[in-house]
Amino acid sequence: MELREFINFPGLTFPGLKITLLKPDIFFKQWYSWYSKIHSSHLESPLEVFHNHVYRLGIPDSHIVLMLADDMACNYRNPKPATVFSHKNMELNVYGDDVEVDYRGYEVTVENFLRVLTGRLPPSTPRSKRLLSDDRSNILIYLTGHGGNGFLKFQDSEEISNMELADAFEQMWQKRRYNELLFIIDTCQGASMYERFYSPNLMALASSQVGEDSLSHQPDLGIGVHLMDKYTFYLLEFLEEVHPASQANMNDLFKVCPQSQCVSTPGHRTDLFQRDPGSVLITDFFGSVRKVEITKDTINLTSPVEPPIKRSGSSDIQIESLTYVDQLPVAEIIHQKPKQKDWHPPDGFILGLWTLILLVFFQTYGIKHLKHIF
Amino acid sequence: FRLSSLIGHISTCPSLIGQCCQRHPGSVDEFQEELVIRPLHSGDIYASFQFRTLWDTDFLQEGQKVSHYRLFPKSLGQVLSKFSVRELHISFTQGFWRTMQWGQPFIPSPPGAELWVWFHDTVSDVDGNWKELTNVLSGIFCASLNFIDLTNTVQPSASFKPLGLGNATDHRFLRYATLPREIVCTENLTPWKKLLPCGSKAGLAVLLKSEKLFHSSFHSQAVHIRPVCQDEQCTSKAWELRQTLNVVFDLYTAGQGKKEWSLFKMFSRTLTEACPLATSSKVYVDITDNPELFELSPATPLLSQAVVLGDRRTYSVFDLTRAETFGQLRSLNLLLRWKGDGGEMLRPLLHAERYVAGFGLQTGEIHTVIYNNHPYRAFPVLLMDSVPWYLQLYIHTLTVTSKSRDNKPSYIHYQPAKDRHRPHLLEMLIQLPPHSMTEVTVQFERALLKWTEYTPDPNHGFYVGSSVVSALVPSMVAMNTNFTQDQPLFSSFVPVKEESSYFVRVYTEPLLVNLPTPDFSMPYNVICLTCTVVAVGYGSFYNLLTRTFQVDEPSLPLAKRLANLIRRIRGVPLLT
Repeated sequence: MELREFINFPGLTFPGLKITLLKPDIFFKQWYSWYSKIHSSHLESPLEVFHNHVYRLGIPDSHIVLMLADDMACNYRNPKPATVFSHKNMELNVYGDDVEVDYRGYEVTVENFLRVLTGRLPPSTPRSKRLLSDDRSNILIYLTGHGGNGFLKFQDSEEISNMELADAFEQMWQKRRYNELLFIIDTCQGASMYERFYSPNLMALASSQVGEDSLSHQPDLGIGVHLMDKYTFYLLEFLEEVHPASQANMNDLFKVCPQSQCVSTPGHRTDLFQRDPGSVLITDFFGSVRKVEITKDTINLTSPVEPPIKRSGSSDIQIESLTYVDQLPVAEIIHQKPKQKDWHPPDGFILGLWTLILLVFFQTYGIKHLKHIF
Repeated sequence: FRLSSLIGHISTCPSLIGQCCQRHPGSVDEFQEELVIRPLHSGDIYASFQFRTLWDTDFLQEGQKVSHYRLFPKSLGQVLSKFSVRELHISFTQGFWRTMQWGQPFIPSPPGAELWVWFHDTVSDVDGNWKELTNVLSGIFCASLNFIDLTNTVQPSASFKPLGLGNATDHRFLRYATLPREIVCTENLTPWKKLLPCGSKAGLAVLLKSEKLFHSSFHSQAVHIRPVCQDEQCTSKAWELRQTLNVVFDLYTAGQGKKEWSLFKMFSRTLTEACPLATSSKVYVDITDNPELFELSPATPLLSQAVVLGDRRTYSVFDLTRAETFGQLRSLNLLLRWKGDGGEMLRPLLHAERYVAGFGLQTGEIHTVIYNNHPYRAFPVLLMDSVPWYLQLYIHTLTVTSKSRDNKPSYIHYQPAKDRHRPHLLEMLIQLPPHSMTEVTVQFERALLKWTEYTPDPNHGFYVGSSVVSALVPSMVAMNTNFTQDQPLFSSFVPVKEESSYFVRVYTEPLLVNLPTPDFSMPYNVICLTCTVVAVGYGSFYNLLTRTFQVDEPSLPLAKRLANLIRRIRGVPLLT
């Protein structure tokens, strides 16, 4: 097997994972940005951000942790099942064919969210539900839903407070789980959520200040709910112009949705961020491309496929034909013996009872009378 | 972007391997796909996709790890070898199968998610393997299967025998769990489609578009993995992976009221080619009721007869591996047009229903009704009920009546529930008299849960999984017990051991029961009230008792303060 081009990857940020891919026509790009978003009661916003922009700008599914608390697409009340539209002219289905929701329904809880951030998950959690970031990863967190001064509502029954969030980010910083983190929140009084951050390299954007409400943008009279929030709508309009090589920086992002459009005043916080926001590219968080080195040398490869080892030994033994199991063996079931339960020593109560009986017995009759019995 | 799927796609790229579909000398795996379309008497249409990958390998062999995957998906292969799985059956269903209107499905499944697994007998900790397996599968299929734990897992003692090869069946290695609340949506279909060798790019899988599939009365996708006979002599085992998707399109919602169906109307796509990796790719249309009920176009001379579900049916076969199937336009769009009313369809011989009776939030009664519609034959059925612990069953009230007479089951296995540890398991082998209705009733009491155990929407209710009725139903036509290689997939799913009966599994409806729900705003109210009472009442009292009053001297003007300073130095009494 000969290859014209051999694509070399200069070290990946997944610790311990080195991938060399041998295929001339496909370029394998490893993304190192992470994108995590959560939604409590507004479904279209993260889907639109996800579908259109983050995916387009290059972050793959394996680097996206998507948490949706409600099931709207396949809910029986949705007149067009498996579709979610962000605009009332229904031109783009944001719940596309490729969506992969990692946490859905009752799994979206404060505890799970914090566990994903800090990495304290049970050992059997699959990779798609983990945030496998390290100290070279940039993380984008996008939350939307209902909130108030200092909290965000989860599932109508619990809340996450700004202090918990700040502590979670500090844990992440201590464990070197991020290089830079961008936090976007679109709820009422969203600025209160980033007031308490104290870890370095955090930048935060919110759709409204403390004391203000974030408003929704468009209602859909067919299903009776609003499709998107104002801040998210203008944010997405801004992201439409961003392409993978764009030089737009964070200062442009801060100008999105002024009060004339959004009614609420968006806020941002950059004091914990070490770089100047004007020098930070949008694509640092919303997309990513790795540097690849292409060489034109020819590489010779040996065939990696070993022929299957002949199981000659076992085939000699198994000459008799195998059979399928009887699906409903009535006679066998009727005469099935009950399972032999393992013998356990008597429980405390039985032991106590017997001790009491023996004590009373010996009390009444005395040891010396025993010889009359035996 | 999963690397394994990418490697899978690379090795299946036609430009490398070519358009062949023969077996390679080194590899011993093959892939078949088929679609069966069965028009129903009510005007609905039932489509059943089956994709089968057969692979001659041994996942469970000691010492040799399987490392080269071609058609078999790597994610599932690794799951099988890591957890020593002998058989795995998982299904995701939206909607309920209406047996009385639609007949029997090819592959039955209960609403929600269902998972049952047979482990190998070398496994020492079955529960640990089960827990890890559910977590891994929840990541593969993007479903909340991690909610399966010991509180909803049961170990049936006689139902769910293995569907694959084997001789010893020790039920200690079987685990069964169902999540009736689980929803199925595009995010479950996407990874399911990625397991197919051709993905959703070629072959029959191009028809699987989620906007159309979920706009249906019934949608069920399943993965079945089991060891099967490799050839007719059955001397060696091969692993079979079957991915099945059953969907019933409704006449009024998807069909717009017109009794005319076509592939384009059902799936918004037509077929253009077979999957290049498939050895056989066929579409079967059930024309047993043709030409009285409907007419099919394009007509095809290829016909095939198969005995399935106790009935001999005739099918029109469209072989997609032959280019002439696609005609001039290079696309195949089947059209079925109804001609008048079809009349009544044959009543299914076995049918079951279930409902909750009673009133109030304290007690209730579960009724399971099983119908035997055979005119003169009686046959036994195995009923398996798995009830969550918070419905406390009173088994002394269990009654089984057929034709208003007591019917004693010949086998009962009951495992009582342990609060918060184990659900109830009730299995009974009941003989159903011919042409009768058998009713099984049991009373229960509803438990009050701890307030943290309630879901965020407790007023919706709590689901109880479907009952499973397994039976060997007498067949009207002699079943085919020989196993042939070119048997259509829909007739070879359940192994046939005898000619006179066929095995069928019927699922009842899941139940939705309301548990007594506390008022969740009470803790907040209590805290507010208590704090107010403490602050106002006790606080005032405490202040009254402990507060002391002191006379406060007014501050002196500046001149007097200076004078005081001098006086202090001199040691003379101060001014006031």
